[in-house]
Amino acid sequence: MENKKIKITGAEAVVKCLLEEGAELIYGYPGGAIMPIYDELYKYQDKLQHVLTRHEQGATHAAQGFARATGKVGVAMATSGPGATNLITGIADAQIDSTPMVCITGQVASHLLGSDAFQETDIIGISTPVTKWNYQITRAEEIPEVMAKAFYIARSGRPGPVLIDITKDAQLNSFDFSYKKCNGIRSYQPTPTVDSNKVQEAATIINNAKKPMIVFGQGIILGEAEKELKAFIEKGDIPAAWTILGLSALETKHPLNVGMVGMHGNYGPNVLTNECDVLIALGMRFDDRVTGNLETYAKQAKVIHFEIDPAEVDKNVKSDVAVLGNVKDTLAQILPLINKKNHDSWKEEFKKKDKLEFDKVIKGDLFPEKEGLTMAEVLEQINVASNDDAIIVSDVGQHQMFACRYAKFSQTKSNITSGGLGTMGFALPAAIGAKMGVPNREVVAIIGDGGYQMTIQELGTIFQSKVPVKIVVLNNEYLGMVRQWQELFFDKRYASTEMVNPDFVAIAKGYYIDAKKVTKREDLASAVQEMMASKDAYFLEVAIEKENNVFPMIPTGASVSDMRLS
Amino acid sequence: MEEKQTYTVSIYTENNIGLLNRISAIFQKRHINIESINSSKSEIKSVSRITLLVKITEVNMKKIIGQIEKQVEVIKAYYHIDKDTVYQDSCLFKLSSDLLIDNDEIQNIINDSRTKIIYVNKEFFVLKKSGKKEEIEELYHILQKHGIMQFVRAGRIAITKDAMDISSIIATYNK
Repeated sequence: MENKKIKITGAEAVVKCLLEEGAELIYGYPGGAIMPIYDELYKYQDKLQHVLTRHEQGATHAAQGFARATGKVGVAMATSGPGATNLITGIADAQIDSTPMVCITGQVASHLLGSDAFQETDIIGISTPVTKWNYQITRAEEIPEVMAKAFYIARSGRPGPVLIDITKDAQLNSFDFSYKKCNGIRSYQPTPTVDSNKVQEAATIINNAKKPMIVFGQGIILGEAEKELKAFIEKGDIPAAWTILGLSALETKHPLNVGMVGMHGNYGPNVLTNECDVLIALGMRFDDRVTGNLETYAKQAKVIHFEIDPAEVDKNVKSDVAVLGNVKDTLAQILPLINKKNHDSWKEEFKKKDKLEFDKVIKGDLFPEKEGLTMAEVLEQINVASNDDAIIVSDVGQHQMFACRYAKFSQTKSNITSGGLGTMGFALPAAIGAKMGVPNREVVAIIGDGGYQMTIQELGTIFQSKVPVKIVVLNNEYLGMVRQWQELFFDKRYASTEMVNPDFVAIAKGYYIDAKKVTKREDLASAVQEMMASKDAYFLEVAIEKENNVFPMIPTGASVSDMRLS
Repeated sequence: MEEKQTYTVSIYTENNIGLLNRISAIFQKRHINIESINSSKSEIKSVSRITLLVKITEVNMKKIIGQIEKQVEVIKAYYHIDKDTVYQDSCLFKLSSDLLIDNDEIQNIINDSRTKIIYVNKEFFVLKKSGKKEEIEELYHILQKHGIMQFVRAGRIAITKDAMDISSIIATYNK
């Protein structure tokens, strides 16, 4: 309903729009071209909390962490010029990982546009390829409608980031404000209508399958289809593997959870992708890190693709049946059509492969005979200390793969990581957003010594805003993933991957954050417990075996069948 | 590998600043050259129509159409091969007026090639030509030896033989 009109400035209107959209928490960094909005944030601080990050990139990742942990739209704010360009990495990350986010940037006054004014940059041009939508506001009157559209576009259909650039004069001018939520745009059809014939076709194929397999992605989490997924796999007795972003949608201990697909996923679901007779893809997009060589990917299988975004269908893998729609709806529709099944002998294949992976890889990761600590051991201790119920926010690299392979989850929206873009520096700020979004849950950031130093300044945000996150740096004094590739594919020429690191404990303490370093196995369990028991933020550095590798592995360009165990 | 061919892409859009940039970015991302591009109003009030020409495989064409249609302000996108469209390329030549005096060859060219003089003064005249791309290329070749002072060709415009029923698509969207 249209509200009563009141005359206010554009800047105040922006804040009112944010409140209308249910925002309670925003991340950002002030500057010249956005000062009128910050002045209003000051006046509205009892209703809308602004968290000052130490860099605009941190604001975007914090907004992403908030969005991923809560399912709500994250909001980040920055000034024009460098403030705006510093948002780009986080926006690109949100675009490729379908994270709902609204970024608001200040812009020079409209009469200065295009004149190379101080801190002017064409952020609309720059952000176009990495946003779901963007728009430049030059008149205060446009603010309510554009803000309403921004939130609607960010959260509907396949979610994504939206950037709204507001000129300074549009912030300062007054107009008659009224707010109306957006519930549709003529040219934008976010959720395709479900075709019941396709659902029936898919059900028939699934009912005739002898060796069906599911790969589910983040679509399950974004569509809040966790219950539907579970009912579907249980009725059809179908082994279910996940992509890195699908992780935590199905609890780790579920008997049909067969692990992760992809380059460093589990052995069983990867090699059996090329043995199943029906491959059911649920809310995932067949990323190259998932499929390996497309020429040899699941060629024997009938492929059924449940997907909300028509542009993803047949993009990488040709499907036999595409079921378009929100996966929550399509799974609910297919459930009554599929037969109750028992696939014991097929499930046995996964168990056999799991045993092989355990003997060749997992045993050595979890119970190493060497002196040096492994990343997997640390994750296992976090599982124990958190009762498999922490939100794990990982950065990018070896530790990320170990986190996804070894962390255990009991509830959804618990794995937050930069999947598609692979943004080092993501985890520390993303953990801030996750913890502030879900304060009653334990949030543990798992970060390598490389990525940590890309956004280490956000320790300042943790200290100032009193965010009780647990920070674990797995320090092998290398950019470990690149070093692993150099070891395997570049004859151990370790070009620029060795890190000479500072005293991380001293740095954390410099920000008044409790900190500890562990170098010996016998100290690990108690150190992790101490960290988890802390009511405040806590930093734990663990010295890891320097040349600890992640296996199994599908080398670039190889087939999923050719996954290496060592 | 599947063979590349020329496709005419017709995109119906809301008329917004920056949308052309958003669409051309989809081609840029895949390292595909846009051969020509044209933006105009369409048969429907407040709906714009972008016509562009690319040479790619059909598999890629389909994927790109999906990525174009995904853009918030795109109403619908289509692709067609030449024989499914009625199309026109058009161009302008600026030539020296000296050529018009006692020059049978130029007179014949103008008469034979369905061109039209649309401007003339003491120094130069402007010749307009519409037709298939090949005809324009041929005329260019012939005129080149007489000296072309300026040449410009417009982006292709094309009408499809099949219906593109945007009005009824919009009607279903408005429901």
